[in-house]
Amino acid sequence: MIDFSLTRAGSTEQAIRLGANAKTAQQGALVRFIAGGTTLVDLMKLDVEQPRQVVDINGLALADVVRNPDGSLRIGALVRNADLAHNPEVLRSYPVLSLALLSGASGQLRNMATTSGNLLQRTRCTYFRDTAFPACNKREPGSGCAAIEGNNRINAVLGTSEHCIATHPSDMAVAMTALEARIHVVGLKGERDIAIADFYRVPGTTPNIENVLEPGDLITYVTLPATTPATRSHYLKLRDRASYEFALASAAVVVELDGKRIRKARIALGGVGTKPWRSEEAERVLEGKPAEEAHFKTAAEAAMRAAKPYRENGFKIELARRCIVRALTTVTSEQA
Amino acid sequence: MADDINMANPAPGTPAAILGSAVPRIDGPLKTSGVARYSADFNLPRMVYAVPVVATIGSGRITSLDATQAEGMRGVLKVYRHGNMPRLYKSNPASRTAQVGETRPPMDDETIYYNGQYVAVVVAETMDQARAAAGAVKVRYATTPLNISRDLSDGFTDKMEVKSKRGDVDQGFSAGTVTVDETYITPIETHNPIEMHAVVADWDGRNFTLYESTQGVANAKEAMADMLGVPQENMRVVMQFLGSGFGGKLFPWTHTPIAAAAARDLNRPVKLVVDRHMMFTNVGHRPRTVQRVRLAATSAGKLTSISHDYASDSSLLDEKGENCGEATPLLWSTPNLRVRASVVRRNLGTPTPMRGPGAVPGLYATESAMNELAIKLRMDPVQLRLLNEPELDESTGKPFSSRHLKECLTTGAEKFGWSRYNPEVGSMKKGDLTIGWGVAAASWIAGRSGTDTHVSMNDDGTVRVVCGTQDIGTGTYTIFAQVVHARTGVPMDRIKVVLGDTRLPSGPMSGGSMVTGSVLPSIDEAAREAMGQLLKIATSGNPAPFPGAKVDDLALTDGYVHLKSGAPASGVRFEKILQDANVRATGGKGSTQSSFESDAAKKFSFHSFGAHFVEVEYDPGIARLRVSRVVSVIDVGKVINARAARNQIEGAVVMGVGMALFEETQYDARTARPTNNNLADYIISSNPDTPEMDVVFLDYPDTNLSSFGARGVGEIGLAGVAPAITAAIYQATGVRKRELPVRIEDLLHPAPALHSI
Repeated sequence: MIDFSLTRAGSTEQAIRLGANAKTAQQGALVRFIAGGTTLVDLMKLDVEQPRQVVDINGLALADVVRNPDGSLRIGALVRNADLAHNPEVLRSYPVLSLALLSGASGQLRNMATTSGNLLQRTRCTYFRDTAFPACNKREPGSGCAAIEGNNRINAVLGTSEHCIATHPSDMAVAMTALEARIHVVGLKGERDIAIADFYRVPGTTPNIENVLEPGDLITYVTLPATTPATRSHYLKLRDRASYEFALASAAVVVELDGKRIRKARIALGGVGTKPWRSEEAERVLEGKPAEEAHFKTAAEAAMRAAKPYRENGFKIELARRCIVRALTTVTSEQA
Repeated sequence: MADDINMANPAPGTPAAILGSAVPRIDGPLKTSGVARYSADFNLPRMVYAVPVVATIGSGRITSLDATQAEGMRGVLKVYRHGNMPRLYKSNPASRTAQVGETRPPMDDETIYYNGQYVAVVVAETMDQARAAAGAVKVRYATTPLNISRDLSDGFTDKMEVKSKRGDVDQGFSAGTVTVDETYITPIETHNPIEMHAVVADWDGRNFTLYESTQGVANAKEAMADMLGVPQENMRVVMQFLGSGFGGKLFPWTHTPIAAAAARDLNRPVKLVVDRHMMFTNVGHRPRTVQRVRLAATSAGKLTSISHDYASDSSLLDEKGENCGEATPLLWSTPNLRVRASVVRRNLGTPTPMRGPGAVPGLYATESAMNELAIKLRMDPVQLRLLNEPELDESTGKPFSSRHLKECLTTGAEKFGWSRYNPEVGSMKKGDLTIGWGVAAASWIAGRSGTDTHVSMNDDGTVRVVCGTQDIGTGTYTIFAQVVHARTGVPMDRIKVVLGDTRLPSGPMSGGSMVTGSVLPSIDEAAREAMGQLLKIATSGNPAPFPGAKVDDLALTDGYVHLKSGAPASGVRFEKILQDANVRATGGKGSTQSSFESDAAKKFSFHSFGAHFVEVEYDPGIARLRVSRVVSVIDVGKVINARAARNQIEGAVVMGVGMALFEETQYDARTARPTNNNLADYIISSNPDTPEMDVVFLDYPDTNLSSFGARGVGEIGLAGVAPAITAAIYQATGVRKRELPVRIEDLLHPAPALHSI
């Protein structure tokens, strides 16, 4: 770990100003905001992140969860994952989010991890995290991808490129993707709301750039749109052990039912994509159809049609299909 | 006095009744309050920090190593590498009491034998400075082809070493009407104790003191005296508390002599903590095993032949084999048997024992084969085992000192509800889940090591027991205090147990589940000696509180010396007798002779036994499998501490769940570097993976081993868990995978239709 300076930001404006001193807000950033620190500190110890300045934003007033007059929910950037998972509004209107949060990490980590930090979690790809492997385009642009021909059981099958197959590790962001969250960012040029679908980037030729954030941009809150009384949601995560493991495949499903008919469906996948993976293909299959297993299976097929298997992770395609079918079965069953 | 106490079967209500009871660990409060000091917790004045630089290739040599930048960095004292590393001797390769994990002295040459090998070590004033400078050391390599092939068939030649043989296996195989001939594979597993290896090395100009995370202070002392070239008496090793070891800390690894040599060179205490990445490369692993098992039986299920051939990996530096056939020759009765072994060399670090070395992977193979044989025979797997129970250890002709495996099986079957077992695949349901049941037997060798202890009764009212063995987290401190209490009657809170220091009388390594069986008799002997001396002073000292009385007339109860005819309170506190006589302490030595050197003990085959019954729950829709229930019936002789013993078995069963379903060290094929070298990616069981567990101890004292009848409980619990789980998996899913771990991808496509066996 290299030496760095730590500054406690007294205001959003100060944080933005400090952040804007960096040339990039992506891999290689020399200024990093720190909230819970559960990802950043690890990566600094591993020399994957080498910021010269760390700006502590924990003193900013961004830790509230507020129900807006239009029924949407505003979640502050610094709300801890554990608090959000047990928030009564979340439990009532967005069970998918609570389930996703509680399936992630461990109790200790959830007590520290924050909303904005979770959105910006870095991949668990071994070749990214261990600098003893020289080739990683995400860490060192142009160095190659050691994962494509390497141990890639945990890597992605959707949204990959010949330059990177790293998965996005978050559970929370998958649920927020299915909920069509909007991410509120304040930066040098003022404030903006970004649909979560537009927030993340697939790796393409620049896997080091993971999202649309610019130097100085600070996520201040996330807004979840209002749900209707007919909305149901669920999160299912499949992995080797029962706890404390990243998803091999996960599915966040949000549906509005009209009797037995699916009026609206939102499907997002975790553990299989290079970003939290929204499947509009699956949604199109489901909308207007009765909630029946045959349609769930067709939707699951559609969701994984573009999947590309690698040496060790081909099983994820079938696993993700099963995950979607089961999550839909659960969410549309009488008990849900 | 207390000579008549039967330590193996104590009378209820007597102090000796503490033997077998569920006494909480006496060191628990020290650990939960943070007072207990682990090796890396020692901080000495002027101490500096060493951080290694590791090889990032798996095979080749160093072509250049540039430490110029690192040497100029703030706080850096020195960068050691080949060329300026102080001389280290090889640990005596012929010694059994001075063993090291990897025999090559660190940085001895510029060849790279495995990825992660130490190529340099930075010493700096602070840990952060040392880490930063380690990152600035620039190493270039020339690579040579590496071999980490998972295919170990190069080990299966006619040159395999015959480990045990009787009859003719080929004839026996043809004589059988039902046969199994299968190959089973266990992967490389990495020890992941929460406490990483660590050493704080101190040099005073003449003597070394090493605060070393070790399972054997005595061995570490000898080995490090050898490597550093100092007389034994100038080497002291201290280990008060261990954050577990699982075998990985039996022998010192190369970081220890590095730290010691640097401490002498710099004349500063040096702390070196092996980080989690290095834990996966530099401090041993359970090697990969490929095991071919051939069983043959009559149609009635009597075994006619057992053949067990296996290979395991070792490093290019050391040939260390995994003794998979340890239990094979003695577990079941058969006239024809052959066990053969070989070791193949790979560009990996040197392997080392992991909990139940040999027997645990070995029993996975042989007990899996027994389960497959039962299916082919259409016989209940419990019945098959009962039918093949031997009368004696057929590999040596010796009687078993104490073997109750049949009772383990029948008691376990009863507790588990095995009579409802339906062998048809997928036939058993629990709600929407399919359940599967499996069973396997367990065995682990027992023995006593030679040991010395000292017990003193002191004028401050305490009793002190000292021994140069150590507590690796299993409860050794506690059971030693129990024995002293059982013998002297002095309350537990007045008994001090001092372990983990080579200045103490020499005790055994904490390995092989042998500490309990080894040390307890010597404590008993030492305590008797201390008491005898005390009673002598009580009757004939000057002054003597019981002048004229005979020693035999006196008893020691709750700390009072009194006439046997009177109540304890009518007597005198023992410390008062010592104070009045102006004697600081009475004390005596006790010794245990090694069972491997005792003529009486050589007459027996000493083993522990057990049986595990396992239930798994399988959700076919999402290929989710969980181990839901385990009943373990364990025959380890007399249990000394019911709580600590149950804890050992439960912990081992949880580890067995990990062995069956999760654990595998994965290596990048191009660089031989582990890719899951951290606790998030190396999957072990988590709390929700813990099944409902029922542990039963048969509690038959093995008095051929010692008067206490205790064998040892550290390893037996892991033996046999994995084959019971994989049998249950087969019954639930129809998936028969003969390579561990069985993972979710293996269960996605179960047998297409239910079928009868």
